[in-house]
Amino acid sequence: MSMKANTRQVDSVTVIDVSGRITLGEGCAQLRQLIRDHLSKGNKNILVNLGDVSYIDSSGIGELVSAYTAVSNQGGQLKLLNLTKKVHDLLQITKLYTVFDVRDDEAEAIGSFAKQAGA
Amino acid sequence: MAAEPSVVEVTLESDLKNVEVADELSRRVTTRAGFDEEDRQRIEMAVHESLINAIWHGNKNDASKRVWLKYEIFDDRLEVRVRDQGNGFDPTNIPNPLAEENLLNISGRGIFLIRSFMDDFRVEKLAGGGTEVTMIKRYVSKSKST
Repeated sequence: MSMKANTRQVDSVTVIDVSGRITLGEGCAQLRQLIRDHLSKGNKNILVNLGDVSYIDSSGIGELVSAYTAVSNQGGQLKLLNLTKKVHDLLQITKLYTVFDVRDDEAEAIGSFAKQAGA
Repeated sequence: MAAEPSVVEVTLESDLKNVEVADELSRRVTTRAGFDEEDRQRIEMAVHESLINAIWHGNKNDASKRVWLKYEIFDDRLEVRVRDQGNGFDPTNIPNPLAEENLLNISGRGIFLIRSFMDDFRVEKLAGGGTEVTMIKRYVSKSKST
């Protein structure tokens, strides 16, 4: 199953629900384009919901890092929501768990953008 | 005398679509070999990363070049070999992806993951051209189903 993404706007936050495989090739390219499109529209608060991601490889992890950097460089925030155990373990082993702001409750995650913006 | 290993071997075109074929094959082989779920996922990922290295970096995505994938199920371990027609690489010459200055690098985690997930990892440049990667995973308990 290739990667699929559905985007929702919740308050000032763009929520991207990702499912399927984020791997080298199509999956990574799709995610990259999606992030670029949102940044070009000025959507800089992005919450990536990975709850339905069945597989991610090292290139997929690299794509998340790339997205994080791109959003941060534009003064925005990218956070991750609902990591599966597999993705959680990969972020732990690659020490990226400390880099990303990882959340497991959507409402609380949405609220955290506002808090940081207003801080 | 040790029993002969059970062998599964395929030849693949250098096309990234074939990585999914290898993923499925890894799932079947590791299930048949009796690894638990966590080890099955780790082996599958190590083979996946190795296949990508072979197709993308080794064979430069050239469809006329082949990748050979071989699984050997021994009594005490699984050996997986991935051979390509590329120029090889030096696994000792890869920046540490856990170093502070490399944490936000987009690439460079594949070999690290293979090393983390497998018990042994070797890279050999073949005399006739090409590179062969060998990955070994040993059974940690009596989980093997034979």
